[in-house]
Amino acid sequence: MTLLSVQNLRVSFDTEAGLVEAVRGVSFSLGRERLGIVGESGSGKTQTGRAVLRLIRPPGRIEADRMDFDGQNLMTASEREMRALRGRRIAMVMQDPKYSLNPVMKVGAQLMEGLRQRDRLGRAEAHAKAVAALDAVQIRDPERVMEAYPHELSGGMGQRVMIAMMLIPDPDLLIADEPTSALDVTVQAEVLSILDGLVRTRGMGLIFISHDLRLVARFCDRVLVMFKGRVVEELAARDLMQARHPYTQGLLNCLPRIGGPRVPLPALDRNAEWAR
Amino acid sequence: MASTPIDPTGPSRLFSLTRRTAGVLVSLAFTFLGLLFVTFIIARVVPIDPVLAILGDRATDAQIAAERLRLGLDEPLWKQFGIYVWQAVQGDLGTSIRTKQPVISEIAQYFPATLELATLATIFGVLLGVPAGVLAATKPGSWADQLVRLVGLMGYSMPVFWLGLMGLLLFYGVLGWVGGPGRLDAAFDMMFEFEVTQHTGMILLDTALAGRWDMFANAISHIILPAGILGYLSMAYISRMTRSFMMNELGQEYITTARVKGMPERRVIWVHAMKNVMVPLITVVALSYAFLLEGAVLTETIFGWPGLGSYITDALLVGDMPSVLGGTVVVGVAYIGLNMLSDVLYRLVDPRAR
Amino acid sequence: MAELAAWLRDPSPKSRLQARLGQGYMGWLRFRRNPLAMIGLLIVMLLLVVAALAPVLAPHDPITQDLRMRLLPPLTEGHILGTDDFGRDILSRLIMGSRITLFIIAMVAVTAPLFGMLVGTVAGYFGGLVDEVLMRLTDIFLAFPKLILALALVAVLGPGMENAVLAIALTSWPPYARVARAETLTVRNSDYIAAVRLQGAGAGRIILGHVMPMCLPSVIIRVTLDMAGVILIAAGLGFLGLGVQPPMPEWGAMISAGRKYLFEQWWVATMPGLAIFIVSLGFNLLGDGLRDVLDPRNSGK
Ligand SMILES: Nc1ncnc2c1ncn2[C@@H]1O[C@H](COP(=O)(O)OP(=O)(O)O)[C@@H](O)[C@H]1O
Ligand SMILES: [Mg+2]
Repeated sequence: MTLLSVQNLRVSFDTEAGLVEAVRGVSFSLGRERLGIVGESGSGKTQTGRAVLRLIRPPGRIEADRMDFDGQNLMTASEREMRALRGRRIAMVMQDPKYSLNPVMKVGAQLMEGLRQRDRLGRAEAHAKAVAALDAVQIRDPERVMEAYPHELSGGMGQRVMIAMMLIPDPDLLIADEPTSALDVTVQAEVLSILDGLVRTRGMGLIFISHDLRLVARFCDRVLVMFKGRVVEELAARDLMQARHPYTQGLLNCLPRIGGPRVPLPALDRNAEWAR
Repeated sequence: MASTPIDPTGPSRLFSLTRRTAGVLVSLAFTFLGLLFVTFIIARVVPIDPVLAILGDRATDAQIAAERLRLGLDEPLWKQFGIYVWQAVQGDLGTSIRTKQPVISEIAQYFPATLELATLATIFGVLLGVPAGVLAATKPGSWADQLVRLVGLMGYSMPVFWLGLMGLLLFYGVLGWVGGPGRLDAAFDMMFEFEVTQHTGMILLDTALAGRWDMFANAISHIILPAGILGYLSMAYISRMTRSFMMNELGQEYITTARVKGMPERRVIWVHAMKNVMVPLITVVALSYAFLLEGAVLTETIFGWPGLGSYITDALLVGDMPSVLGGTVVVGVAYIGLNMLSDVLYRLVDPRAR
Repeated sequence: MAELAAWLRDPSPKSRLQARLGQGYMGWLRFRRNPLAMIGLLIVMLLLVVAALAPVLAPHDPITQDLRMRLLPPLTEGHILGTDDFGRDILSRLIMGSRITLFIIAMVAVTAPLFGMLVGTVAGYFGGLVDEVLMRLTDIFLAFPKLILALALVAVLGPGMENAVLAIALTSWPPYARVARAETLTVRNSDYIAAVRLQGAGAGRIILGHVMPMCLPSVIIRVTLDMAGVILIAAGLGFLGLGVQPPMPEWGAMISAGRKYLFEQWWVATMPGLAIFIVSLGFNLLGDGLRDVLDPRNSGK
């Protein structure tokens, strides 16, 4: 059963320096499974994820032959219908909690905002749900965190708050855009395993965006490899080592291996032909 | 580690707050001293003998000697400065040459009128400038944006005294919509003196407190034009700054988060972004209030408004330097006070600064 | 022409000069697309032309009185903008007055930034106690309401054009000191300054010859943005009778003279105000456009 299907998605920005085509004809479809999107920085991963939520602001523009979510056409949906989808059915965790949480609002207020404004819950009920959500991401002292401001939280803690906030309404699809790239290495694994557990138990679809091929392979069922706004290869995660595309192989070879031979890492090969 | 939600490495809140407040106070004290130093220097350069100016030229030698002693004029300069500072701290800004009254008590009479004018103007400026700036920021490049920009730049470019004259010409002379110069019609002036208790010295407040709505309405018709003109200048500044702050905030990632949560654009702008815009905007409003105290100098001369500006310019024309410099010090102190106030408010709205 | 444009647009410039000029050219292209900024540029150029050719352009003598012709309304034969209370042609006075305005602007634009830059670079270069003291001083002057300080200064120095310029300059330098200090801090520890120092150059030579030139661009932008404010303060001083003295056709003083006739002969006070408004709007539009070019973050699309 497909949850999301995207065909020939294009995102372009009309800037002073000319037209920037960030995404150029990306197609994929997704059920209640985990789809990874990898690619180097600037390859259009983030813009792809945001296009699904129709969160590209002018001067950016989205075009697609088709973009359906659970039978609903996202390209023709009104802004109002999109708002009903956002948060409740499709959610997104962003890269750096330092920037993605509102710095002058208490964590509790931000957690409860969706419940109070969108779902019209009472204060006590919203509070209880928010605390439960913090519990679910293994925050031990939820009441105290509710009263804290984002700058008082560590990075890992901030990202857990972000995950809790996005998972409160039990969405069908979660887009995680490099959710651990901004964190200390020591807490990355912790946050990842929390995310993994929640997505698994709730059975939601996941689009996991990362520049780290290994991580994606471990975490996802299927992988899209992007380069300069295009998908150059799509394959099952377990077949990653058999990747045929030279760009994917390049990405793989860039990574050092414990116990591997100690040779200089090769530079990533970028052939303009692949972007055609 | 990650399991400690509150960052333990920072100093305790109370400690950092007191230390920063102390730092601010020290720097304010320095600025205040500097202010007095500059006015002191100016006063000493004036080629007017302060003693003769106070006593007149028919004073006896003994009187002159006594006055010189009182003013400390026989002491070395640094000691004179010390005396000047000491007196200023106690609220003694010298004696007016025109009226022989203490400058500080005269200013106390004039200041409320200026305060009333500047406050009302700032209220206009905020009420119009903030929405205009937000509108411009949410539709950059649109005709609304261009209009806000042009109206703002025009406000930056008009001499306030000329704008006042044009306002009088149009709204008072031609259309007759507003009261003319002064704070009240002549008929009410006397009544205000004798029938209304002046709690604050601000006519709108005092007449409202006394329940004299006829007088209140008349006062409104007089203040609306000068306050509107100063309010326009304030709006010009506030709308431009709001636009730039709002543009900056709308590009931030937490705005995307709010949209991802399904929040309507109205809430994204007016709650999420606005709470952050408030932080720098407070300083801007305080600054614009300070500009208005200054803009009032020229506006008051046009509108016959008996405030600090009129006081200073009138004193200037007759060479009454103690009054001029006293007025300058008071406006300078108001500047410093506003700076301090904005610093305090800033901390209230920005949790990161606490 | 097309070749020149191509050379300027070259994405991989061959020389530093080409890179610099190319950048300037791109800036100009962006500036040119901003109609308001172009209007500003036009106004400022117009002011320069009018001031340069003032004696030729002025139809009448701006000083000579002719009481038979007093207070003629605008559009009168030979007096498009009317005449003032001494029968002088207002247009001619405005045209000659542009020289006074330009002179004041030019004097302030030369003195205040120079002094501010000196304070700022010295503070930034030496750091420590020197920096502390100089910046405190700057703060003190910033804490003064500009116009009121200028008023007090002119009251002491006596009215007149030179003193007005001096007073305005004395109240305008602090922002330049701030800007220059910030620039100095960024170049102070750079390698080429260290190289000059190794060659035995003294602090004075380093500051004058190497640090100050680095501060010039940002200071010049600031100057353009400040000119409108200078015009307004100068006009304010003139209006209060503390600036340029009659019968010189200074615009602020002309408004003051027209005040008596505001309700009957409105044009006497209105025209000079329009002149001030247009010229300072020109500087504001120009400065605003320049800032957009240099800081595209704040501009719309
Ligand atoms: N607002 C914008 N204006 C112009 N170009 C943009 C804008 N946002 C993104 N881009 C371009 O889109 C491309 C893809 O960006 P992104 O999706 O963020 O890459 P990734 O997430 O893979 O690192 C980048 O090359 C970037 O230059
Ligand atoms: Mg990205």
